[in-house]
Amino acid sequence: MKIRLVVNGEAREADVWAGESLLTALRDTLELPGSKNACEQGECGSCSVLLDDDLVCACLVLAAQADGHEVTTVEGLRSDDGLHRVQQAFVEAGAVQCGFCTPGLVVATAALLERVPSPSDDVIREELSGNLCRCTGYAKIFDAVRLAASRT
Amino acid sequence: MSTTRPQTELQLGRIGDPATRHDATPKVTGEFAYSSDLNAAGMLWGVTVRSPHAHARIVELDISQAMRMAGVHAVLTHADVPGQKTYGLEFADQPVLAADRVRYYGEPVALVAAEEPEQARRAAAAVRVEYEVIEPVVDMERATEQPPLHPDRPTMAHGYREDERPNVVRHLVIRHGDPDAEGDVTVSGVYDVGIQDQAFLGPESGLAVPDGEGGVDVYVATQWLHVDRDQVAPCLGLPPEMVRIHLAGVGGAFGGREDLSMQIHGAMLALHTKRPVKIVYNREESFFGHVHRHPARIWCEHRATRAGELVNVRMRILLDGGAYASSSTAVASNAACFAIGPYKVANALLESTCVYTNNPPCGAMRGFGAVQTCFAAEAQMDKLADELGIDPVELRLLNALGSGDTLPTGQVIEGVLPTAEVIRRTAALPVPDAEPLPREAIRLPGGAGNTTRGEGVKRGVGFAVGFKNICYSEGFDDFTAARVLLRADGSAEIHCASAEVGQGVTDVILQVARTELGTDDVVLAAPGTAAVGSAGSASASRMTWMAAGAVRDACRAALEEQKRSGGDVDVERVYRHPRTTPLDPETGQVTGERAHVSFAVAAMRVVAEVDVDLGLSRVVWIGTAQDVGKAINPLAVEGQIEGGTAQGLGLALMEEIRTQDGLITNASFTDYLIPTALDMPPVESELIEDAEPDAPYGVKGVGEPPTVVSSAAVVSALRDATGRELARIPVRPDDIVGI
Repeated sequence: MKIRLVVNGEAREADVWAGESLLTALRDTLELPGSKNACEQGECGSCSVLLDDDLVCACLVLAAQADGHEVTTVEGLRSDDGLHRVQQAFVEAGAVQCGFCTPGLVVATAALLERVPSPSDDVIREELSGNLCRCTGYAKIFDAVRLAASRT
Repeated sequence: MSTTRPQTELQLGRIGDPATRHDATPKVTGEFAYSSDLNAAGMLWGVTVRSPHAHARIVELDISQAMRMAGVHAVLTHADVPGQKTYGLEFADQPVLAADRVRYYGEPVALVAAEEPEQARRAAAAVRVEYEVIEPVVDMERATEQPPLHPDRPTMAHGYREDERPNVVRHLVIRHGDPDAEGDVTVSGVYDVGIQDQAFLGPESGLAVPDGEGGVDVYVATQWLHVDRDQVAPCLGLPPEMVRIHLAGVGGAFGGREDLSMQIHGAMLALHTKRPVKIVYNREESFFGHVHRHPARIWCEHRATRAGELVNVRMRILLDGGAYASSSTAVASNAACFAIGPYKVANALLESTCVYTNNPPCGAMRGFGAVQTCFAAEAQMDKLADELGIDPVELRLLNALGSGDTLPTGQVIEGVLPTAEVIRRTAALPVPDAEPLPREAIRLPGGAGNTTRGEGVKRGVGFAVGFKNICYSEGFDDFTAARVLLRADGSAEIHCASAEVGQGVTDVILQVARTELGTDDVVLAAPGTAAVGSAGSASASRMTWMAAGAVRDACRAALEEQKRSGGDVDVERVYRHPRTTPLDPETGQVTGERAHVSFAVAAMRVVAEVDVDLGLSRVVWIGTAQDVGKAINPLAVEGQIEGGTAQGLGLALMEEIRTQDGLITNASFTDYLIPTALDMPPVESELIEDAEPDAPYGVKGVGEPPTVVSSAAVVSALRDATGRELARIPVRPDDIVGI
């Protein structure tokens, strides 16, 4: 089936099968491999994207459900002016190690700061608890979120 | 959404600077290519057919139906392995594809390549295998009395202690002083450790591309490129130079990528179909795709004087190695060598046995045998402190091991080992006061589940110390090669086949090269087997030490060469750490100056709260001091400490692969839990920089000590809160309810 959607501000079309996840469509059809596939069960958040303004796990959304909607992936955060402030903060704070969780965490953090510009530490921890990171122990990720929030 | 320009100049960094990772920007933008992101024109997808049984004979294997299915280009079995039929990291005891017998749940039996991944999966499901199930060997205590899984005993006759019992992978005894020496007091216990998974987020994956001339290029996430090549090439029946292994982006490793996963399989399919073949494991398959941390049962008896001085430590360690040897022989040795912890003791009897079973294969995971014994030995130290009425920190200080002291193997510690210093520095970190009630649910055990308002919650403070070796041991010829192309204009290109697995070794290499060459104009070429010699493995907390040594030597040689000859120069140097020698197979004593190169120690204090009504726990705060030698990049060192601590916390509280008759029952992130942002407390870390004399720039590896010590430290806090012995990790809710 054909779907039409806006991905990172650009109108796109994709030919998908009925059972295909948005994540598979993004990675394999739309050539946007930034969203990562680590659990396929919505447990790890590595595939976090914005569907319209909602933060979702792209592995749990059917590609067909995105028909007629806007999707923002990690590739869409950067602008001509440079990195998104969340991306910049992750770089500076040392919040990246292997980096496999990073695209999902960057998208989740950007979504959080849109809703809550100055989150408390407890709010940061709860809001990011759906994004697993195996390398960092999260400390430098929290540093990055606070750094990004301070630069609104 | 808003964007900002960089606020600060990104720090390139020399030795000692908190440099920005060179790969951080492509990783935050999604541009960084992991092994699962690779594509090639005309690419096929490979899928592995796996055994649904832990132990069975293969009676019949029928691929005819799968071969006829749409899109299928190849279905390969054991008969199609072109060269050597078995492989292994140290002992070639594992079939590339099972021949007549499967020994673990998920063992590869056949391979399929098809145009689309779904076609490959369907064809894999259509491969008919008739099995005759055999009773599995699943109890490590009974394994030595059951029929052998490997009658040819692949790990024997390699200089280890001979052991006639079936299913022994390695049996090691360390006798030190008088193993019958008596003390004033004795404490004993039996401790259990469950199977932990590395649970790296990037699944096993890679792309194999035939070169059209009979050779193959494999792009894969791995920890040691050259040892992969040396296992892959013989199985393909090819000379090593016709197999080129390239490092693809690695989504975490933690020991789980030391052994092969899809490398031979992908290459077989690619050479057979003459098309590029991509294989990506899903999460369930990843639990079958790599070795795990050994589960263990450890019997301990600590004898001490009334004043608290250890007199004699006797420990018996049993490790379940699962179906194949992997690095189990070295894990068994490490478990024994570091069993007691960093304490002086004149007498010891340490026995370590690793057995084959039909449980999931085990091998390397961060901490490598020292995690299991640290948990047991530190529980014993808590028990001894309690028995003697001595403060647990004081007891540890009283027995602290240091430079010049002798290990149970007879090895004298020649380098730096600041055990007393890390204990004092950790103990000096201010412990946060108990938070008043009422408070937000998220700051209570049970968290957002809103399960308590504070009733039933008890607070505890725990302490632990742990140490392990740095670099490879027991006579292994361990080296790292580095090559420097230094141009007349002063710019340089470095080649080193070290695996960047997320730990930041690439930045170590760049910081060393910038420092030695005195320029920022340095790049590191993509690591591969074709351009430079082996770097050895990104494991054993060795890569920073070894890569720093090799790159330093190559840079210095290049500068000298350029001074002599002028113009562009290209030099390769091989760095070796001080030689080690094997342990005596009968006594476990060193046969030369040292069996281990160097040691690193960490101490950790943990504050935890436990809801004893529901068995839920919350770690509140962690403080640690770690012996790091010299921090080449302090930001990265802190990251290793925080991340390593999280993995130990996971083992203490939640992480365990569950099996039933050898079958894994929780192969998913829904059922195998790892710490989330809500589980991790703040980690306050102190870096103790006391340069290691034998190491380049005085460095020590930093990745493993935090994982070694943190499981023990977390459980120590739970023990303090509950008064329970808590002799098993992970601690389950049932273990702490009903006080």
